[in-house]
Amino acid sequence: MKMFKKSKIMVTLIIAALFFAVGTANVFAAPQQKNIILATTTSTQDSGLLDELIPVFEKETGYFVKTIAVGSGQAMTMGQKGEADVLLVHSPDAEKKFIDAGYGVNRRLVMHNDFIVIGPGTDPAKIKGIKSSAEALKLIAHANALFLSRSDKSGTHAKEMKLWKQAGINPAGQKWYQETGLGMGQTLSVAAEKKGYTLADRGTYLALKKNLGLDILVEGDAALLNIYHVIEVNSAKWPKVNAEGAKAFADFLVSQGTQAIIKTFGVDKFGSPLFFPDAGKKIEDLGK
Amino acid sequence: MELIIQGIIKAFELIISFDPEVLGITWLSLKISGTATFISLFIGVSIGTAVALNNFPGKRLVISLINTGMGLPPVVVGLFVTIMIWRSGPLGFLEILYTPYAMIVAQAIIATPIVMGISLAAIQNLHPNLRLQILALGASRLQMVWVLVKESKLPLLAAVMAGFGGVISEVGASIMVGGNIKGYSRVLTTATVMETGRGNFDIAIALGIILLILAFLINLLLTQIQQRQPLR
Amino acid sequence: MNNILTLHDLIVRRGGTTVLDIREMNVQAGGILALIGPNGAGKSTLLLTMAGLLKPDQGKLYYRGLPVETSAGRFAMRRSVSIVFQEPLLLNTSVYKNVALGFKFRRLGNNEIKKNVEEALDYFGISSLAGRSAKTLSGGEAKRVSLARAFALKPQLILLDEAFNSLDPPTREGLIDDLRHILEETKITAVLALHDREETLRLAQNVTVMAEGKIIQAGTTAQIFNRPESGFIANFVGTETILEGTVQGSKAGLVEISVAGKTVEAVGDFPSGQNVYCCIRPENITVSPYRPEKTSARNVFEAKIQKIGRQAFFYKIFLDCGFPMVAYITVSSCEDLGLAEGSIVAASFKATGVHIIRRES
Repeated sequence: MKMFKKSKIMVTLIIAALFFAVGTANVFAAPQQKNIILATTTSTQDSGLLDELIPVFEKETGYFVKTIAVGSGQAMTMGQKGEADVLLVHSPDAEKKFIDAGYGVNRRLVMHNDFIVIGPGTDPAKIKGIKSSAEALKLIAHANALFLSRSDKSGTHAKEMKLWKQAGINPAGQKWYQETGLGMGQTLSVAAEKKGYTLADRGTYLALKKNLGLDILVEGDAALLNIYHVIEVNSAKWPKVNAEGAKAFADFLVSQGTQAIIKTFGVDKFGSPLFFPDAGKKIEDLGK
Repeated sequence: MELIIQGIIKAFELIISFDPEVLGITWLSLKISGTATFISLFIGVSIGTAVALNNFPGKRLVISLINTGMGLPPVVVGLFVTIMIWRSGPLGFLEILYTPYAMIVAQAIIATPIVMGISLAAIQNLHPNLRLQILALGASRLQMVWVLVKESKLPLLAAVMAGFGGVISEVGASIMVGGNIKGYSRVLTTATVMETGRGNFDIAIALGIILLILAFLINLLLTQIQQRQPLR
Repeated sequence: MNNILTLHDLIVRRGGTTVLDIREMNVQAGGILALIGPNGAGKSTLLLTMAGLLKPDQGKLYYRGLPVETSAGRFAMRRSVSIVFQEPLLLNTSVYKNVALGFKFRRLGNNEIKKNVEEALDYFGISSLAGRSAKTLSGGEAKRVSLARAFALKPQLILLDEAFNSLDPPTREGLIDDLRHILEETKITAVLALHDREETLRLAQNVTVMAEGKIIQAGTTAQIFNRPESGFIANFVGTETILEGTVQGSKAGLVEISVAGKTVEAVGDFPSGQNVYCCIRPENITVSPYRPEKTSARNVFEAKIQKIGRQAFFYKIFLDCGFPMVAYITVSSCEDLGLAEGSIVAASFKATGVHIIRRES
């Protein structure tokens, strides 16, 4: 009899605890208007920039931003299906196709940083200091030096493919060309482990530099510019898209205050900023 | 090896300092997986018991389906749930994609067949005359089921632990339907994947250790309940 | 003598086959009825039906005069009838809680439960086990708990399905004695599915023989054992000569038993005045045409051959010496001796050939 009561009490407590837990479980299904789905890239999220910007935006506007970090390719696919409200991506050619097809509107320049070609200190392909990144890749191919590719349709991968094309090389299937299918951070780890070359965005490289043991070998080429745009998903195609919220966020990104934050982001941690704010500028003027 | 030691140290630091983000992630893991397990307990035990105690045409088929469900790949569940609840999906109007509620749903779908299958086997394992004896003593159907469930306490709690273990460690579906949103749908497993992807191995290991500790403590509690003998 | 239970044209089918087909059956109130028959005869199915645990496919069942036809009716019957299975089927909790289980379902108050449970435990001599975990009991102890649990509810009818099968002989002995005692005192009607002839003789007043789902003979114990109506039943009850007698006295390891006015000597040790059954296997009875002067057989009776039945390799001689006896004689012996129906012969058997069972009537 006592035993029965005790277990009844325990069960009741557990039930109560769980209901309490579920009840206080964060934002209740906040009405659609208050939620914004932001599809962006892993490198953007991994840099930590969004962790800085989004709380500011949320406090200012009261919106709740759901940041879904996937590759640029997947982000745009989500936009195509109306599953995201606003995109922050860095794959210009694909973006142009996206806009032309009418899936997105208001493509606005936000910031840029650059890609770098990194590799082992021993530099077997002797690319250090070469000005043209396409040239450097050609040398890597001729030297049959190990090169790691993200191969995941991300912005980084798109840039890499463009450079190979420029160099006139088709790396697919070659023994020295290994495709990880992973995010930037992981690909860098693999490159470090195997002492191979890879293309990385400066931000992620700086964040992981101390663990890697890889050096920057080629930088500064205009072709290596990594340009970020914000695109609002076209609500005419998908009525469920939160057009208002998307516009609010995009406006926020290009606003003066935000651009100022972007300008100084990363300086205290890495010595140099990770991104360069570009709102309102023309593409041709970048990097100067 | 050094990395693992770094990870252990980091885990210690995070726990001792009551790092708010880690605490939040841990608490959320517990809430989501706990709720999912609780739901699976309810549905799993009741349906499992009902199937075990009743005869109906196609019973064998139903049991096969339940047993197959125990091995459902979580990622497939995640994909399926995502397709159901995204904006263009049939349940899109619920607007629960990228919320912890979606994670609870996905985890409950993963855990329920496990609890159901084990409950089913546990009840079937009782002596067939026991059910008759209890009814003969004047029990109503409900009283009879309650007594049988209590008699199966040992395997049923094993079922709960199996269900809980399956979902607290789940990551594929949780990322897909939850979105790993900081402070909202980020749990220990999804955070571990993210930190690994970023190359922050020490944090990743630390989160892994915390997850193991959490799972251990919960199972310790459940094992106590399971193993407690009624009397001397 | 009213009937506590009556069955009419009752049919139970399982998976297409008829497992129970009872034209008519009555269970007398206050009596002890044995159900005997080979495995698969339908005894368990019949008991389940009597317990209200099985709904018959056809037919009528009357309990205490009223028809039981609905599930509510069966539920009420379950609350008035107790059944004990071959396995004790105890729960993993204390003996006290096991015995109290039926009361829990009826939502009785704790004090009342305590009274009834302690009474039942006492009846079966297991009061000291009340706090023990049921899993730690021996087979005999567990069986007692299971019986106490059934009796505690003070049922109108109690059913036992081969309840003594899994026990060793001494345990079984004790239990049968206690059970008989309780049934006599409480006058609860009992229906027992039994396997053992000795149990049947010791416990039951009436016997119903079943085979293949049907009743093939019903009557008092003596009727069934002495006048089996078919070869099958006879075989089942052992075709022994079973004589009712009373012990007169004993000397030198022998008891003298008075049977129908004559004295039968048997090996054994029983007190004077003890009522007994004398069981004699047919092959232990010798038949001869004249009284032999000196043989080691203690028991010699003049008998008349009532009937000679021909079996495959022997003759079955039905004798009347004031009490009936059955002897087996080889064909050649029979022809040699020139035995015929109506012949007066000497029937003899050794004292060691008499098997004595205590009889309490």
